[in-house]
Amino acid sequence: MMPSAGHSTSPVPAVGSPSLPSTTMQTPAYMTEDDRPFEGAVLTPMRWGVIMGSLSVVALLLAVVCLQFGTQYIGLGNLLGVLSSALFDHPSDDTMLNTTSVILLQVRLPRVFLGFLIGVCLASVGVALQALLRNPLADPYVLGVSSGAALGVALAVLFGIGTTVLAFSLLPVCGFLGGLAALLVVYRMAATYDRLPIHSVLLAGVILNAIFSALIMFITSIMEPNRSFGMMAWLMGSLTAPAYPALAVLSAYLLLGLVLLFKQVRVLNVLALGEEPARSLGVDTERTKRLIFLVSALLTGAVVSVSGMIGFIGMIIPHAVRLVIGADHRLLLPASALVGGIFLMVADTIARTFFVPSEVPVGIITALAGGPFFVYLLVWRKDRLA
Amino acid sequence: MRRSLDLRPADPASGTLSGSDQAYELHGVYFCYGNPLARDVRWVLSNLNVQVESGEILGIVGPNGSGKTSLVKLLAKLAVPGRGALSLFGRNLDDLSQAEAARTVAFVPQDSAPAFSFTVAETVLMGRYPHRRQSRWSLGFGWEDRDDCAAAAQAMATMDIGHLASRAVTDLSGGECQRTMIARALAQTPRVLLLDEPTAFLDLQHQIEICSVLRRLRDEHGLTVVIVSHDLNLASQYCDRIVMLKEGSVYARGTPSEVLSVETLRAVYGCEVLIDPHPESGLPRITLPRQGLPFRV
Repeated sequence: MMPSAGHSTSPVPAVGSPSLPSTTMQTPAYMTEDDRPFEGAVLTPMRWGVIMGSLSVVALLLAVVCLQFGTQYIGLGNLLGVLSSALFDHPSDDTMLNTTSVILLQVRLPRVFLGFLIGVCLASVGVALQALLRNPLADPYVLGVSSGAALGVALAVLFGIGTTVLAFSLLPVCGFLGGLAALLVVYRMAATYDRLPIHSVLLAGVILNAIFSALIMFITSIMEPNRSFGMMAWLMGSLTAPAYPALAVLSAYLLLGLVLLFKQVRVLNVLALGEEPARSLGVDTERTKRLIFLVSALLTGAVVSVSGMIGFIGMIIPHAVRLVIGADHRLLLPASALVGGIFLMVADTIARTFFVPSEVPVGIITALAGGPFFVYLLVWRKDRLA
Repeated sequence: MRRSLDLRPADPASGTLSGSDQAYELHGVYFCYGNPLARDVRWVLSNLNVQVESGEILGIVGPNGSGKTSLVKLLAKLAVPGRGALSLFGRNLDDLSQAEAARTVAFVPQDSAPAFSFTVAETVLMGRYPHRRQSRWSLGFGWEDRDDCAAAAQAMATMDIGHLASRAVTDLSGGECQRTMIARALAQTPRVLLLDEPTAFLDLQHQIEICSVLRRLRDEHGLTVVIVSHDLNLASQYCDRIVMLKEGSVYARGTPSEVLSVETLRAVYGCEVLIDPHPESGLPRITLPRQGLPFRV
């Protein structure tokens, strides 16, 4: 039950200060009871439920399909058998099933889940950054946040911080710091007066990307050759099956960031009007900006430290989803998150199965899909960017 | 002396409800961008003493850079006076939270169309933002309730954009977009509406339409309207009172007939214009001279 219009957000009015003669307590006369419904023009909880429900079902079905494919195909019956025996904990003696079980539970399941999770994060960060910068081309990869995070991680690896037991707690932190630095620089470079012109944001991202890439290449080239090869593969953006404890820590870390983002959905809507109008509506824009920058850097940093630079998901997915379901962030953010998860999960399955026995970094696939899309947005849909 | 920041609350006598027939009261307001304590402070607005009566249409006019937009930002609480006191319906504006202010004052900036393809109805409903309470556990959805929809529908009917409800704002014409933004502000159910150049870029028909709607809201519902405009003729015909700014301070104030004189405009704008009574209303009508040939009046 929502409070009726006109209630103050501050619970206790200052003692002795006369309250404003509020028109909103009694609905002003020009707000008569002309209760016209906006058929199809606004998001309703019903529509939200239907779309999110069906996307979840699709995500689950595709997850099962992704689990089936790999160097070895696993039939649906086998797959469900292994999953149920793992869930309900009755051991089986069938050696055939045991091999399958190891492949499935130790390799594919964590990897598919990781792919989904990373897709979710990248798409969510994309939505948030696009709303904040009022720019449909914003994306952690394009803005140089990913390369900033990658530089942070590369430095950590170079100085040996990342190879210890602390690996999991420190690499994302270094990524976070690098990503945050990149975001702040982009913002400072692009902000002229109180506006953020679309093209100067992109330009700042391009410049930053060039600088960071050069530094990363420098670090890679002074490493020992065997380490630098692994570094290259990681930079291209690739997923590996993580161990379960690491996956759990990562999930907790990412979920925290996602929850913080999801709490901002209404504010993101109002921010689309621009910073000043949003402020005049009572949004604390400075706080929101800080929060979204921090969370974006946090998520990107963690994602990059695990999977390298997987590009364009943060741009393609929100844009495509917005075209279909509309711009309301209450639906756009969670729906983009799910679609992003599905997209990366499928892209990674393609990356690890199509070119057997070799495996392609999934970043190549997303870049090959995203690059042309970027050009399409920039060239053919200029009208939407003005 | 000049560098000391005056943070005194408004005069206690004006802090009572009895003063509430005045929407705004500005006492010795100074404003600058940046630090008001800096040695080389350059005031954009200086020593403003302006009253905005409740239920009037006030026009703020003046040349470029005279501080019109800064003044309206002060009124919208988007900027804070460097010195002086600014009260809204008898309460110091500083003491109000932005959301509290937003339930009383709605502001339509010059160019504020949403960046993404929100529908018109969604955009208008954004005006309900200050009326919603964000609960800690609600995940921020804040679904619109009946009050919100009623206010938004009424605002859309007032601005005659009901038929556009499901159109994307990015596909609208300039006039439709401006009407949507004003409807967004009306959905806030404000007592004061602040408009920065509401008729710039609009054709004649839409200019007249918007101004008549504002008059109607003033007449029927006592809405206080503050308009920043470059269009002196529009200000003359539609405003009850005009405040003319020059270099950050008030040069003239009063009814259109009092303010819009050849002498004032010469002093403020530095050019000669022809002023005669409007054939219909009798209010001053300003005509530009032919280039290089000032009218002799």
